[in-house]
Amino acid sequence: MSAAQTAVRLAELLAAVLFVRGLHDLRSPRTARRGNLLSAVGMGVAVAAVTVQVLDEGGVHPLALLLLLGGVAAGAVAGVVAARRTRITSMPQLVSLFNTVGGGAAALVAVVDASGGTHGALSDLPLSTSVPVGLDVLLGAVTFSGSLVAAGKLQGVVPGRPLTFPGGRPASAALLALAVAASVALAGGWWAGPALAVEALAALGLGVLLVLPIGGADMPVVISLLNAVTGTAVAMAGLVIDNTVLITAGALVGASGAILTQLMARAMNRSLLAIISGGFGTGDAPAGPAGPRDPTAPARVRVVTADDVAVQLAYARTVVVIPGFGLAAARGQQALVDLATTLERLGVTVRYAVHPVAGRMPGHMNVLLAEARVPYEQVLDLEGANRLLPHADVALVVGANDVVNPLARDPSSPIGGMPVLDADAAAAVVVLKRSLGHGYAGLDNPLFDDPRTSMLLADAATGLDGLRAAVDALAMPAAAPRRAPLPS
Amino acid sequence: MSPSLFADTAVFVLALLVGVEVISKVPVALHTPLMSGANAVHGVVLVGAVLVTAAAEDWWAQALGGLACFFAAANALGGFVVTDRMLEMFRARSVPATGTPGVRGPGEVPR
Repeated sequence: MSAAQTAVRLAELLAAVLFVRGLHDLRSPRTARRGNLLSAVGMGVAVAAVTVQVLDEGGVHPLALLLLLGGVAAGAVAGVVAARRTRITSMPQLVSLFNTVGGGAAALVAVVDASGGTHGALSDLPLSTSVPVGLDVLLGAVTFSGSLVAAGKLQGVVPGRPLTFPGGRPASAALLALAVAASVALAGGWWAGPALAVEALAALGLGVLLVLPIGGADMPVVISLLNAVTGTAVAMAGLVIDNTVLITAGALVGASGAILTQLMARAMNRSLLAIISGGFGTGDAPAGPAGPRDPTAPARVRVVTADDVAVQLAYARTVVVIPGFGLAAARGQQALVDLATTLERLGVTVRYAVHPVAGRMPGHMNVLLAEARVPYEQVLDLEGANRLLPHADVALVVGANDVVNPLARDPSSPIGGMPVLDADAAAAVVVLKRSLGHGYAGLDNPLFDDPRTSMLLADAATGLDGLRAAVDALAMPAAAPRRAPLPS
Repeated sequence: MSPSLFADTAVFVLALLVGVEVISKVPVALHTPLMSGANAVHGVVLVGAVLVTAAAEDWWAQALGGLACFFAAANALGGFVVTDRMLEMFRARSVPATGTPGVRGPGEVPR
């Protein structure tokens, strides 16, 4: 190896290390931003290394150089402008679009390398190249078209409801079989050129057919899955061109993306199989947000862990606690106050919203809170609470149900007209509850299946103790308060 | 199996294991940023796009390579910038916020 080649190899290794560190740091809110920065530095190192490599080898065709530089410059501008301008609410579809182009790039790398004349004829490729080419084109093209459809669904360009049509499943299976057969033909060297084209087209069609039948609510999980597929396609591209940094980073994203997909599906209370079977399963009743809900189906609630809620609470500006009878029944007042004290030490403003009928008698809850030494200035009545809730980051509902039921605003409902606390006006809602059962009024509570609501299923006292421990664990490294506690 | 293919395959398998290990417990609030961050990392395919374009001999292969460069650069740069924007919400606050409520916290992750 020449000195330049050695430097390039070492830089590639450094980039791989930075990618691993970066993804690792993305797991915690404290280090996440630094993690993303580390990955970006890794990308810079990898690009610098490849620049040196190309300059060192020399002899680049002028047209190739022009297209290369023009492509990189245009892509960089397009990517940064899109990333800066997109509204926060539209970010999932933007990530999906970035995944689209990533998959497309991975497939194109294999196509260009295999047929661009560098290895001689396409039909004479050794198996060690043609097999990864086949896999790369299949995976890359599926994620290209699949992510494009997913982005379209989230944006509303493609209907978000599950789109099924007769023959959809056999068509998917046929396209998959066609793509596999074409990649076998490519590996065998039979009609290699047409085989590569057929494989790419079949895979593009397959990506569309796989994502169309999946409902818009499941799209984040689907995007995460396609993200993992792109990672694997990039690793295949690395095998094609014998480049370690592509193999490492691609496999890293492939594996971590697969795990993340599992975690996301679990957090949404959906099984991954049920999500994908929008495409491969019976397709009889995929639940979508737009479709009529089957009244017998269990509500699609999002169940989370104490660690998840702790992050939400610790990083909120304002938390409004809505206590209900469940809190009193579990004798959880002291645990609640301990949690609130911990949060206030972190600079979070905590207020208590007490519904007139919270507890078992009017004013019951105020007494219970006073007993636990909650400063009364922090306790808000119905009107005061409903003025604050739209500005709150998190509404933490503890053992309450009917007093936060949005159905009460519907005059035709049995509790219609009852004044309620507008928990659903807060940016996010956390419901701490023993089970998914009904409240006193025996009604379903649409608040629980609101997409912004997370359910923490536990007894109020143990749940609040767990939350405080989780918040403590988050705050541990920074023992000093981030800002002075608010004057009460 | 050539030694270089074996080495590449070994790297692939080991990197898969690292990928599984590196992601274990992630709070829900970070799911979307983590997905976005991982998405940016596979923009490293830019390295491959540059290499194959520089080596391509036919004009159409060079054109496809240029397209791959465009795609990959958008993926890599855009991915990191958008992830950073999401993570901005997790910055520790230095200003008391009582006077200006209504700014959404990280609890509301776009879904």
